[in-house]
Amino acid sequence: MTTYFTQDHEWISVEGGSATVGITDYAQAQLGDVVFVEVPPAGTEVAKGKEAAVVESVKAASDVYAPVSGTVTQANSELEADPSLVNTSPEESGWFFKLTLSNPAELEGLMDETAYKAFVAGL
Amino acid sequence: MSADDHIAEPLPLDAWHRARGARMVPFAGYAMPIQYEGIIAEHSWTRAHAGLFDVSHMGQLTLSGEGLDDALEALLPADVKSLGLGRMRYSLLLNDDGGIIDDLMLCRWPDKIYMVVNGAVKAGDIAHLRAHLPSAITLTHMTERALLALQGPEAFAALERVTTGRWPLSALTFMMGGPYEIDGIDAFITRSGYTGEDGFEISVDASQVEKVADLLCAQPEVKPIGLGARDSLRLEAGLPLYGHDLDTNTDPVSADLAFAISRRRRTEGGFPGAGLILKRLTEGAPTRRIGLAIEGRLPAREGAEIFAGDIRVGTVTSGGFAPTVGAPIAMGYVDAAHSALGTGLEIEVRGKRLAATVAPMPFVPHHYVRKGAA
Repeated sequence: MTTYFTQDHEWISVEGGSATVGITDYAQAQLGDVVFVEVPPAGTEVAKGKEAAVVESVKAASDVYAPVSGTVTQANSELEADPSLVNTSPEESGWFFKLTLSNPAELEGLMDETAYKAFVAGL
Repeated sequence: MSADDHIAEPLPLDAWHRARGARMVPFAGYAMPIQYEGIIAEHSWTRAHAGLFDVSHMGQLTLSGEGLDDALEALLPADVKSLGLGRMRYSLLLNDDGGIIDDLMLCRWPDKIYMVVNGAVKAGDIAHLRAHLPSAITLTHMTERALLALQGPEAFAALERVTTGRWPLSALTFMMGGPYEIDGIDAFITRSGYTGEDGFEISVDASQVEKVADLLCAQPEVKPIGLGARDSLRLEAGLPLYGHDLDTNTDPVSADLAFAISRRRRTEGGFPGAGLILKRLTEGAPTRRIGLAIEGRLPAREGAEIFAGDIRVGTVTSGGFAPTVGAPIAMGYVDAAHSALGTGLEIEVRGKRLAATVAPMPFVPHHYVRKGAA
């Protein structure tokens, strides 16, 4: 399993042809208290860099972009009952959706954990 | 954080906020703390204990001179003449069409009126006042003053402990103000605020405000609270925010602020837009500011459209998750025909229709300490 990161603060954990997507700890800290998450239902086609989910904090609604293109296989239904999982466990229980990759080559432009940490440190 | 930070002016407590871990954002032209530990925690703390808010961005003015009461009554619908020493009144600066230029607080000082206006529009307010007040009236913008708000059920206990004055702090009830000292520092304190809770606004010299803020936050009841919670608290309290729920296109009757038109002024008129406003008081306004309780958990925010079936009947002007209510709520304007309490409406958010009901405001009961109350 390899985890990649985007400049928009999504993470994507890839195993074979499928992957899990969420937002980073940095992102949840910036958003503040999450009160609602809208995740794409299974079967949704998402495109790299396009809106795939919406996360609502007390302050505002923010788009979450698909790190790569693919087809959603599962949405995290636990976020409906407890959206604060995004704050308490952004990179584990607070995952957003799983997908099958349609173009694994898209992973090449993403950052690894070291590069992402350096990126965040520079913000 | 963002480029805007650099064009936002610092307020007197800037370093104090940053040292307490505040996230600063540009607001009303200033860098202001949006949150410290988190909006929900800060909101809940204020409802249960006491929160200290820096509202130094607001404009603090004094007005004085011969004929002041008449001059002010020509610009706003309050009964200024009956305002006794140390008494406060909520009022509205109106344009000739009855549109709201700003909402504000008035308080009678000896030989002066002390006025607090919104930070984002204070320059326009001052220009409007200077242009319309007679030359006998002196307007002073007290730029050297900072303003703190201490709000919540434990605000009184915390403030009383550090305050001295000619009168006990308990002499102030809701919408009264007077001069006090906090640790020897001159402070003008009013029992007022914008959270729906009991509380105080404290005006002190900017050079002393850090000491006052430190002393208040040293009280066990008090934590610093950011703008984020200030917004969710006032929304739950049903209080409109200028620039969002009120503007020059809204009049006091549509805005459900008819209480701000004093009884004598209703018969005598003589304030800007009186013709239209008094007509709407008797006949009703075509649109009304209402509260909306929303089903589910998805918040509807400013700008969301409100529907009755296929017909668009209004717009949300403020909305979000309400921590004390535990659900999303909103404020907006709808056609009068759809404004009755209990009316079922729908709000469109990202192509989805949310079920909503016209709900009484405040959403969370006010806890003001009024004169004569036990």
